[in-house]
Amino acid sequence: MEELIEKLKKEVIEQLNLEDINPDDINPDSPLFGEGLGLDSIDALELIVLLEKNYGIKIEDPKDGKKIFHSIRTMAEYITEHKK
Amino acid sequence: MDQIITSYCRIRDNEVIVNDRLIFYQENIVKFAEVLKSVYKQEQIIYPKFYKMDAISKLGFLATELVLKEKALEGYRPGTVGVVLSNSSSSLDTDIAHNETIKDRSSYFPSPSVFVYTLPNIVIGEICIRHKIKGENVFLISEAFNGKMLFSYVDELFTNERVDACLCGWVEALGNKYNAMIALVENNRPMQGTPAGFKPLLFNIENLNLIMTRN
Repeated sequence: MEELIEKLKKEVIEQLNLEDINPDDINPDSPLFGEGLGLDSIDALELIVLLEKNYGIKIEDPKDGKKIFHSIRTMAEYITEHKK
Repeated sequence: MDQIITSYCRIRDNEVIVNDRLIFYQENIVKFAEVLKSVYKQEQIIYPKFYKMDAISKLGFLATELVLKEKALEGYRPGTVGVVLSNSSSSLDTDIAHNETIKDRSSYFPSPSVFVYTLPNIVIGEICIRHKIKGENVFLISEAFNGKMLFSYVDELFTNERVDACLCGWVEALGNKYNAMIALVENNRPMQGTPAGFKPLLFNIENLNLIMTRN
């Protein structure tokens, strides 16, 4: 799980162009939206694409997004459970 | 009432000129994106969304930052400041990037953050959000810089009292080729402050062309 978390941090930084942020700056349990990284709605869509492109996971119900993308750790847990 | 250019910025060929002063030049940079990043860092601008913008938006955003750093928009109601920009390749640079994400049907992953920039006037939106501008705005397309067209449009806005100030210029980026000029045009009011060492220019076609070709 920790390995996946570190990988995800790098992928999120690259996918969302978070240039001034290093993987070590991201607390895996901190909220991704609102506070923390301060992501917006377009970033949320990018994260959905990231899951599908890099892990083959398609989110069928958009309502699940809030829970899945709460933090890097919740993303990692979801990927572990659903990776094909 | 006459209008004057109270501040301007010119970005091209690895150099940035603001109000006749060369503020940035690096001979060895070969990538346009690196030029923008270097200027952003040199000027100590803090606006994380900058990194998420497409090339045209970064270029227009940076030029505007430098223009307004020298001559702030003070005393204007948001609805009285306009933005009139132009270029030749519209949003083609980003359209190509978007196409790259969708051209292979077996790897079809359109990027939302790329797609939202597939219109040239998004750069105006970025500038307006940053500086709380809510006045008239338009993005014009022409084959080459057209000082006459730009002047005519902005002049009309002032004549009809639709604006009291207007940012106008040219923001072109395609591949590694880029060229930008943004000027702040204001009514010529007595006692108006201007950037130190810069003599305001009368707003006319000749001076727009002069700024565009200035080295």
